[in-house]
Amino acid sequence: MSTSKIAWINDSYGKMTKYNFFSRVNWGRFSVVSVPYLWLAIFFFIPFVVVFKISLSEAAIAVPPYTPILDWNLEEAYVTLKLSLSNYLFLLEDDFYLSAYLSSIKVAAISTFFTLLVAFPIAYLMARSEGSMRALLLALVILPFWTSFLLRVYAWMGLLKKNGLINETLMSMGLIDQPLIMMQTDFAVYIGIVYTYLPFMVLPLYSALEKMDMTLLEAAEDLGARPYQSFFLITLPLAMPGVIAGCLLVFIPAVGEFVIPALLGGSDTLMIGRVLWDEFFLNRDWPMASAVAVVMLIILVLPIMLIRNSQGKEGAV
Amino acid sequence: MKRRSLFLNTSAGLGFLFLYAPIIALIVYSFNASKLVTVWGGWSLKWYVELFNNEQIIDAALLSFEIAFITATLAVVLGTMAGFVLSRFGPFRGKMILSGWISAPLVMPEVITGLSLLLLFVAMESAFGWPAGRGTGTIIIAHTTFCMAYVAVIVQARLSSMDESLEEAAMDLGAKPSSLFFLVTLPLISPAIISGWLLSFTLSLDDLVIASFVSGPGNSTLPMVIFSKVRLGVTPEVNALATLMILVVALGVIGAMYQMRRQARLLAQPDN
Repeated sequence: MSTSKIAWINDSYGKMTKYNFFSRVNWGRFSVVSVPYLWLAIFFFIPFVVVFKISLSEAAIAVPPYTPILDWNLEEAYVTLKLSLSNYLFLLEDDFYLSAYLSSIKVAAISTFFTLLVAFPIAYLMARSEGSMRALLLALVILPFWTSFLLRVYAWMGLLKKNGLINETLMSMGLIDQPLIMMQTDFAVYIGIVYTYLPFMVLPLYSALEKMDMTLLEAAEDLGARPYQSFFLITLPLAMPGVIAGCLLVFIPAVGEFVIPALLGGSDTLMIGRVLWDEFFLNRDWPMASAVAVVMLIILVLPIMLIRNSQGKEGAV
Repeated sequence: MKRRSLFLNTSAGLGFLFLYAPIIALIVYSFNASKLVTVWGGWSLKWYVELFNNEQIIDAALLSFEIAFITATLAVVLGTMAGFVLSRFGPFRGKMILSGWISAPLVMPEVITGLSLLLLFVAMESAFGWPAGRGTGTIIIAHTTFCMAYVAVIVQARLSSMDESLEEAAMDLGAKPSSLFFLVTLPLISPAIISGWLLSFTLSLDDLVIASFVSGPGNSTLPMVIFSKVRLGVTPEVNALATLMILVVALGVIGAMYQMRRQARLLAQPDN
């Protein structure tokens, strides 16, 4: 929501809001608000409470596979509340989890940076093009976004593997003698993230650059600024809201990414989304998986709040 | 200026190459007669034939289409309500919370959404017996929840960029709130609703992680089947499947662009 929008709402609140009409028919208004509200409360908010609750219980061989937190027996008149912090203690003690969190953040940060590098020229070219050229470039950026994420990751498997297209091409050109090991490395994971999240970076950058006044660059050139100077002193600061929004849109989901490390990464590519998946599907330790999710959420709360603010200002996405 | 344009064009061109090279390679290799990626065995449609004879893939695809269709329809109804409430109702109590709940699912890592919804379904089942077991129904609920957030954002963007004068005029002429919405606002935001529906459909069709958490035994969606196949390596049938999906999407996007340009040209023409 833009600032002018907020102003409009505040403005019209005093006068007669178009749908202020509903305030007289309070029930209609109330029910329209409460349907999406209730849905999100039940299926988005309460699940987090449940995850938090289960992270405080212990794994058990039962259905469902965890111990109850609250136990009562009316005949013998007792109520016990059993909260266990053992999952969190285990998370802190075992180096495995700590290094998984750190390496997810590292992988997400590096990939976000490279996504920005690849996306900037595309967004800039789009912002400077006109008419049908601009529409064409925009469609070219959006088109892959509409095709399957899973299949786009899969496409890289055929290119990167040992006897894949890249290695074969390089070897037939005589540039290398031995195939490069690219699959099942961190490098492949970076490629996968940059590739699949590129539109999320290009679109907010484009919407920031589109608003830029190009005459500023001409003025800078007239005043003797070199291209790199006007880039760092004018273009980049003006594009900053788009840069921040784009980086957050890539970074946050990349931290918890599962599909890309599972398909392109090696067994030593430690990412927390994959750890959570294995904890749940292989070890069937639901409380531990919940604790991993709670800590991931705590790490991501700050960037998620930031994205809300930048969305509020820019209306990106 | 000229030097920088060259630099800009080259780097943007490389970016587009990066974006399209894997897709083009995938399409070309789907027509390769040889099973090996490295050996070109001549053009062939054999993998397409195998794809359509693979019952597991066809069944999973039908299930995924059914889920995506219901999800997109539910998400459009709920998401339009949410987007409308957020941009046309003025301030109300709890508005900040609602807008937070709308924007958070867009970036939430899928493993967290999937795990939390599964645990909710399990807890609900043991508390009041619903949903009994997991399957198509729970996948639809999970997909609707994150798709409605996308619809709400699209609808909200459309509403806030739209001129309010038509709605004001209708109100001045005495339209009731319901007829105001269904006769004036809804037709005006229909492009946003259509793109929200299509986006929800593709997002639901594509989701692997959340569906894996909330589905039950015997309810494998298309991405779940693809994932278990490609985990073991490159499969030519999947290349064929990917090519078909890319073709459908490309035709859809080109069609939408053509329609939009035609509309823009019609609007630009002066009335006689």
